[in-house]
Amino acid sequence: MNAILQAHALGKRYGQRQALADCTLDFPLGRVVGLVGPNGAGKTTLLKIACGMLAPTTGRIEVLGEQPNGATAQLARVGYVAQDTPTYASLSVADHLKFGAKMNPAWDAKLAQARVEQLGLNPKQKAGKLSGGQRAQLALTMAVAKRPELLILDEPVASLDPLARRDFLRHLMESVAEHDTSVILSSHLVSDLERVCDYLVVLVSSRVQLAGETDDLLAQHHRIVCTRRQESDLPAGLEVISAEHTDRQSTFVVRSDSELPAGDWSAEHLELEDLVLTYLERPVEHGGDTAMQPTGAAR
Amino acid sequence: MIDFHVDARSGIAPYLQIVRQVRQALLLGLLAEGDKLPTVKEVVAKVAINPNTVSKAYRELEHLGLAAGKPGVGTFITRSLGHASLIEHGPLQQELRAWMDKARAAGLTEPGIEAMFQNTLRESAEEEK
Repeated sequence: MNAILQAHALGKRYGQRQALADCTLDFPLGRVVGLVGPNGAGKTTLLKIACGMLAPTTGRIEVLGEQPNGATAQLARVGYVAQDTPTYASLSVADHLKFGAKMNPAWDAKLAQARVEQLGLNPKQKAGKLSGGQRAQLALTMAVAKRPELLILDEPVASLDPLARRDFLRHLMESVAEHDTSVILSSHLVSDLERVCDYLVVLVSSRVQLAGETDDLLAQHHRIVCTRRQESDLPAGLEVISAEHTDRQSTFVVRSDSELPAGDWSAEHLELEDLVLTYLERPVEHGGDTAMQPTGAAR
Repeated sequence: MIDFHVDARSGIAPYLQIVRQVRQALLLGLLAEGDKLPTVKEVVAKVAINPNTVSKAYRELEHLGLAAGKPGVGTFITRSLGHASLIEHGPLQQELRAWMDKARAAGLTEPGIEAMFQNTLRESAEEEK
């Protein structure tokens, strides 16, 4: 087994609504994978399929080399923190740890205890009385103390203030470094993920728009500014991701797998956030039927 | 022990930022041969970045011959940079400081001072060649 997750043509349909379509992915082991996309893009659907809570309508998926099926043995290998980091409001922090110990064969009580102390949580405090940041940390503690091989976190920091966000991510990264855990986490904001992810997936309208190692993606994309010209006048081998024109100038975001050829233009790399925004704004091609559609940009 | 910081907006790959900070610390004499770098876990627990980023930076430092990893112990600085650290060039730094005070007095702002410094540095480097 050398992949966190492998999906082939994965799809999920709820009645008339296609929540996930034609999703083909391969996440190498030991990565922190960031799943970015607007709300409703299919992030939660993909994560729920990955941990066996939802069955796909089409395609195949393997997580840690096994088909997700919700069986106990497999659940022990995957730690899942659902959206809004749920805890049991009427249970105390200490009760949460007892509950975790009872439910999980590989529960690391020492680790859980140490984390609660490090976070300064009062064991007698009811979870319902904790701050949002503390609740998120408690949910993370519950997932981490299972000692899973893979942690799946759905929008873990969305409801947190910037300080609590930073705190949460610090603790998450510490536990990744300590236990070599692989991670998949989602967010609708790139800025939450760019420091912690080394693999990025952009999901738009239920489809994968971009996926790859963060460093590779940054190296492959350039913003080119030149005198006004059409896409077809650019050298072969450049995939145009976006094009904007004024009456005398053209600006392209291009992707090239080899080094960018020299040309009569100025070229610069994009920040990760700009790169992701370019893909979020790009029209989604649905199964090839619109692949030939003119962009309308170069008239 | 030194601390790292990472600026996601700088346009410089995070691992290179760490490499650069180690080089700077060596030049400033904050790090010397035999010093231990913080462990990957210590770095990520402080600055919330991906552990692989830190490992990659340390591998690059090893590649540059500035550090060496000892399995199970940590990563150590293996040599000091340059003939003398910047600290030992105190008089030079004082002259630069005096020049900057003069530039400010002449009405130059910080970006202006920086631009002039960078330009002059580039010119002198080109003349050296």
